[in-house]
Amino acid sequence: MKKIKNYVYKIQKNDFTNAGKVSSEIKRTLKKIGFNNIVIRKIAVISYESEMNIVIHSEGGLIELGIYEDKITLFIKDNGPGIEDIELAMTEGYSTASSKVRELGFGAGMGLPNIKNCSDKFEITSDTNGTIVRSTIFLE
Amino acid sequence: MKIYKIKELLKAKQYTDKNLDDKIINGAYASDLMSDVLTTNFYEENSILISGLNNPQVIRTAEMLDIDAILLVRGKKPTDETIAMAKENDIVLIGTDFNMYHSCGILYSNGVKGITNEKNKKLCVQNSKK
Repeated sequence: MKKIKNYVYKIQKNDFTNAGKVSSEIKRTLKKIGFNNIVIRKIAVISYESEMNIVIHSEGGLIELGIYEDKITLFIKDNGPGIEDIELAMTEGYSTASSKVRELGFGAGMGLPNIKNCSDKFEITSDTNGTIVRSTIFLE
Repeated sequence: MKIYKIKELLKAKQYTDKNLDDKIINGAYASDLMSDVLTTNFYEENSILISGLNNPQVIRTAEMLDIDAILLVRGKKPTDETIAMAKENDIVLIGTDFNMYHSCGILYSNGVKGITNEKNKKLCVQNSKK
């Protein structure tokens, strides 16, 4: 299917002040195009959790939003250091977040499980160069 | 239940403009952890988030899930940035000295339902039939 639109958003590491701004922008973009609320909310949760993951755990990264005729894709990539044990990171409640992050209301160990649950298709790969998450929501 | 009634029951302070006081709230969810809030689908419209988290991430979370109002518990004061962000997103921000358990109990016993996710839906429905 043809790609209709593509947006790329950069995210800085440790930028807690702006954390969430990209997701806010993505949400506004999708609203403007006119997708239904449930699709928008799923994308918003995937994007927000990913954005927080990049800010909290990585050396910075990006979120690429792709809009197709029949689906919306999120390509999330960071610049390392990578996830040591993906299976463990996918376990609900498992977290390596610092107490500072917990004070912000994150670090519940639900980030990646939430991303997976909101996605119709979910793929994750990780090595020391970084982590890549590919998430797809199919449009009816 | 309308927002002004929630304020009355919980002796709550208001941090945003009062123009949304007539908004009706049907469902609530309570947590200090935003990722737990993000596990709920919030398919229900007209909802309130009850939390002790007073930083801007509580507003961002509400924004992502189209939550209409936030009740800060345990006397937590929002930061200026949190208030500004709530106003920007038309989210009602109120605060009470009641703790989370009491706040939830008061709202629940006055008819505000709990919001859940797919996983816990069955459990909550079974319980409400008892």
